[in-house]
Amino acid sequence: MGKHKKTSEIIIQIDGKEVKAAEGMTVLEAAQSADIFIPTLCHHEKLEPYGACRICTVEAEVRGWTKFVAACLYPVEQDLVVRTRSEKVDKIRKMILEFLLAHAPYSPQLQDLAQEYGADQDSFEKESSFCILCGLCVRYCAEVKKKNAVGFVDCGARREIRFIPEIAAKECHSCKECFPLCPTSFLQAAFVLTESLAFSRDSSPTALKK
Amino acid sequence: MPRINSASELEELRKGVLSKRDPDKPCIAICAGMGCLGLSNGRVISAFEKEINKKDLKTKVDIRATGCHGYCEKGPMVLIYPEEICYVEVTPKDVPEIVSQTVLRKKVIDRLIYADPDTGEKAAHQAEIPFYKNQMRHLIGNNAKIDPRSIDDYLAVGGYSALSKSLLKMSPEQILEEIKKAELRGRGGGGFPAGRKWETARNAPGKEKYVIVNGHEGELGAFMDRAILSGNPHSVLEGLIIGAYAIGSHQGFIYTRHDTPQLKNNIDMALTQAEEYGLLGENILGSGFDFHVEVHLDIGIFVSGESSALMRSIEGNPPEPRPKYIRTSVSGIWGKPSALNNVETWANVPLIIDKGSEWYTSTGTERSKGTKLVSLSGNIVNTGVAEVPFGTTVREIVFGIGGGIPNGKKIKAVHFGGPMGGSIPESLLDTPLDFDELAKLGAPIGAGSMLVLDEDTSMVDITRYFLDFLSNESCGKCVPCREGIRQMLRILTNIRDGKGREGDIELLEEISEVTGAASLCALGKTAADPLLSTLRYFRDEYEANIAKMKRSAEKREL
Repeated sequence: MGKHKKTSEIIIQIDGKEVKAAEGMTVLEAAQSADIFIPTLCHHEKLEPYGACRICTVEAEVRGWTKFVAACLYPVEQDLVVRTRSEKVDKIRKMILEFLLAHAPYSPQLQDLAQEYGADQDSFEKESSFCILCGLCVRYCAEVKKKNAVGFVDCGARREIRFIPEIAAKECHSCKECFPLCPTSFLQAAFVLTESLAFSRDSSPTALKK
Repeated sequence: MPRINSASELEELRKGVLSKRDPDKPCIAICAGMGCLGLSNGRVISAFEKEINKKDLKTKVDIRATGCHGYCEKGPMVLIYPEEICYVEVTPKDVPEIVSQTVLRKKVIDRLIYADPDTGEKAAHQAEIPFYKNQMRHLIGNNAKIDPRSIDDYLAVGGYSALSKSLLKMSPEQILEEIKKAELRGRGGGGFPAGRKWETARNAPGKEKYVIVNGHEGELGAFMDRAILSGNPHSVLEGLIIGAYAIGSHQGFIYTRHDTPQLKNNIDMALTQAEEYGLLGENILGSGFDFHVEVHLDIGIFVSGESSALMRSIEGNPPEPRPKYIRTSVSGIWGKPSALNNVETWANVPLIIDKGSEWYTSTGTERSKGTKLVSLSGNIVNTGVAEVPFGTTVREIVFGIGGGIPNGKKIKAVHFGGPMGGSIPESLLDTPLDFDELAKLGAPIGAGSMLVLDEDTSMVDITRYFLDFLSNESCGKCVPCREGIRQMLRILTNIRDGKGREGDIELLEEISEVTGAASLCALGKTAADPLLSTLRYFRDEYEANIAKMKRSAEKREL
């Protein structure tokens, strides 16, 4: 990257098309500026790129080397060649969708993509967590609202979202801006919020007064 | 303590330390490594202290709690200097006899020395014991000679002379050149050339740069780094300061385990002592070079040891890896160039500077130079930490040093690199220990853990175990890793439990292809490696498990 520090304009190739990009842009931004579609789930223009869902995985060829990268994070560089669809890219996206459909089979957003990539919602055993851990609610609350009322807890396969009762009780009822961001269903966020406010021990009226 | 301001003052100090030591004075050196600690050597140490007091020998005999000797299987281990008589599996009961017979009368107690389990042949010195005889102990050899909590002990074995040479006689460029010529490769698993990493960090724009010791050592079955970091912390610190000088960094971090207090205690002590002597801090050795070190502790998940997650953790954020599309040596902690190496890599640095790259490269193979620490565990006679030159065959390590397989069993496989590593079967045991040779076989050397598996081991089960571990220890951020591991684990559990179906193996391979290509960090990218290597060499075990299920289903239909 350092080499091109002074060049403000970078020419890259996406799906055979020459695209002008600026230093510091990601592949996704460059593609969007040229009206080339790359699917995303955890991306939101108001939020920092996150790179968790990997549905935006594309093939990037740099100096003869091809690798699979997340378009939402990968910085453009001179002579970069990007392929947004290929047999392997489609295979990756199909399986990612099948992984997620096992958790949220009726999400309209996932259903649409499943049709495009031939993903079978019954490929893997169902596990009705509904949440696909895209982190849109968590990051929106932290980065835009700066409240941190919802966060991730635990790690690995046990990772989940939780509203923090002490903050949520004060902030969430008047906000709920994270609900419509949810790619599975905003009822899911509503459920987790209600669960933490109404059923958590820490959120009992006496605990909240402290 | 006096502050040292020049090379000559350091040598004077060293002379002073040595002159106070009588080489003929008896010294009881008790291994205080973590394995021996677990075998309650604390009681052995206090028994010696009591006995020496009782016999009024305090001025005539030294007692030293040393770093790990490596031979965990036979701990607690005690060495009696100056004869270097070695006693194994010592208990507090043996202490009065050792003092009266060996320390005072120089008599060897036959029942306490090592006896070969096969031949019965006895050995009274470490160098004669097969476990030690076949090693080359450049890094770990000093452990038995020093108390890790005494900087004077480290100075007595020549410590900090490489630092003095680096800061006062060499330019940063010369050091970089020497490390590159030594072809030092990272010992944490990647095998990336350390010199190139340092150079990238050195040349990266920005004034503020960081150097980091990765002492997390989360790899299952790996315990060599803690043997060095707790047993000879100054050797790692010396390497770190030299690296910082070469890179142009004034701030270092040591990241290690919260669950092992001995590590933190010994590191803290080393830092304090080095600072008091002026070997750390402002104007080190009067050279004008300033360098400070902070210790950080992990939060207890495996992925904390991944370099970018570790850096996030040092920043005070959750240890979630970030993509390394821009290398951490360019943009690491707080976006600043950060050169991270593991404990063993840093410990090699003083050795290279002291003895030169030519000496260093005379050991090893064409592309893997120097020695490697390995930790032996599983179905092996001698559990412990060993150091061998690269190029030693896996068979020599397992049988020559490790003493082979217990209970008359046959060996089935050796698993390298823990939960993201790979196994090689018995037929490939003559492979030399080498970064590239082992990687070609699908069993990269990793940090150096060697889990030895006997003929009774189910490879399906062991693979399932690793995936189960990773499913709890990944951060869970990216989908291919979190969900891929979840599904692979589910299928493997079914196969293990006799519920496997036809097509399961192919599905496992498909999932592994996606997690390998699309995951965010190395954990996800290599999570399926144990699976792929066991499918490569032990596919029949998977097939047999699935076929068994099919047969019993057919039987039921009849």
